Amino acid sequence: MTRREAAPAAGGASRQALTPWLFLAPGLVLFLVAIIYPILSAAQMSLYDWNVLSAASSKFIGFDNYVRAFHDPVFWTALANSGAYMVLTVPPQIILGLGIALLLKAKSPAQPVYRVLFYLPVVTSWVVVSLLFKYLFADEGLINWLMDPSMAAPISWLSSRWAAMVAIAALGIWKGIGWSMMIFLAALQGIPAALEEAATMDGANRWQRFRVVSLPAIWPAMAFVLVMLVIGGFNVFISVLLMTGGGPAQSTEVVLTYMYSVAFGDLDFGYGSAIAVLLTLVVFVLAMVQLRVYRTDEEVSE
Amino acid sequence: MRMSRTVRTGTAAVVRHAFLIVSAALMVTPFLYMISTSFKSQAYVLTVPPQFIPNPATIDNYVQVWNTQNFGRYFANSLLVAVTSTFLSVLLSSMMAYAFARFEFRGRKLLFRIVLLGLMVPTMMLIIPQFILAKGFGLLDSYLGLIVFYVAGNLSLNTYLLRSFFISIPNELDQAMQVDGAGAWTRFTRLILPLSTPALATTTIFTFLATWDEFAWAATIIRDADLRTLPIAIRLFQGANATQWGLVFAASLIAIIPVIAVFLIFQRYFVQGLTAGAVKG
Repeated sequence: MTRREAAPAAGGASRQALTPWLFLAPGLVLFLVAIIYPILSAAQMSLYDWNVLSAASSKFIGFDNYVRAFHDPVFWTALANSGAYMVLTVPPQIILGLGIALLLKAKSPAQPVYRVLFYLPVVTSWVVVSLLFKYLFADEGLINWLMDPSMAAPISWLSSRWAAMVAIAALGIWKGIGWSMMIFLAALQGIPAALEEAATMDGANRWQRFRVVSLPAIWPAMAFVLVMLVIGGFNVFISVLLMTGGGPAQSTEVVLTYMYSVAFGDLDFGYGSAIAVLLTLVVFVLAMVQLRVYRTDEEVSE
Repeated sequence: MRMSRTVRTGTAAVVRHAFLIVSAALMVTPFLYMISTSFKSQAYVLTVPPQFIPNPATIDNYVQVWNTQNFGRYFANSLLVAVTSTFLSVLLSSMMAYAFARFEFRGRKLLFRIVLLGLMVPTMMLIIPQFILAKGFGLLDSYLGLIVFYVAGNLSLNTYLLRSFFISIPNELDQAMQVDGAGAWTRFTRLILPLSTPALATTTIFTFLATWDEFAWAATIIRDADLRTLPIAIRLFQGANATQWGLVFAASLIAIIPVIAVFLIFQRYFVQGLTAGAVKG
């Protein structure tokens, strides 16, 4: 104790000022090199006709890669497919996830079991479930048999654009319901029981209670789920890559599978980066919207 | 009056359970069918009508996966990479989170925002520049190339979650230890970390699952067959022409057993992690 007091104040202060930086340094350096530098690098590469063999001789071409995306029919197909995937997967995940959460809200001995069963697909690897659904949607597979046990005219799910998108979306919904259910369940269980009871006392029926008590209370969770699912929709990759490979004839490409094939198939890193940057801008705007929603929410509650 | 009310809630409960049972069955059927197929020989994987109970049942697929397909090696690779990455990522994140939660320094707000930037940028967006970076450092085709980028990729979320938790620990405890002469590192390891077990468990589990299942980066930088992790190995089982579905699913089931075990044992931490994300954004 006495020694501490005797230590020169200036030395102690500078050592204290250094302390947080010592804690930050290892993680921060890695983060700057492996995440932040690549972000900047992708933006820069998107302005070049990138030469994979010798990066130094890459040619600066301004926004040509972006113009090229604008005129590239496959890029538009990929964008449309990503959009279709969202339209097909986001509403069912919200409606079914919320519906199941409402049914599971009441505490019962079976509740944890159901929770695990619905959540199982969420924790299972995308690679495994993509192959599983490819098998289920095979020409002689289970889905075709369930639809028509005689198998007179089985649908070739994965060899036409829209049938394949339906199969891919079915996987997305099945894998995602458990996640939205968990978020909604947590939000619903956060509602004070007194509120529900008061509404019941006032003679509100089930639907009225849902609309007046539950829905406003889970509104932030709803916004969160919506934004995360839309972002997740843009990020769909493994299921498409493994179920159709973007085929037939690139008709089921989504933005990420197309970016990947441009970059690591055609080795066109500049154009691939431009597609990545475009995607990031969209996702970034969505994430900012979400932050904004939460900021106002927190200000209200504090 | 009272009677009819009980009957109505009784019917509602029955409908509720019926609906739950049917939908839970729909969710689980694909898994059960996968398990069933993993015990079929190739001739029986796509029969009409489909076999739900394999007949004849065989464990050949499991034996073949484990013995002839070098699967033990892939399993060990995945374990090594996931455990190392998880440990390092949680360690580095908790140190960063501690700095952000307990110290005042210039640029703290800005730096924290930069770290959060990592949450908003899709991982796949960075795959091209990261590939070039890994190539420049000679990290292609190596465990280190997987580990470095897995650690980095999980820093943002972990730092964010741990910082929120550290802030909730009363500062008076730190001050009391400081009066007793404990330095920053001692307070971090003896006070903050032991009190943060739930948050550390959550981040550990999420990072482990994310790295155990990671596919795109591994598929991009790993060419050497001996370095394959499970997701890329399983994908390659699904050959170009006639897929050996029995083999694929036997391999898949071996790969997802650790995940399901972790999930079942640490369920409550899953819920905590999810809600932390949901409430705080």
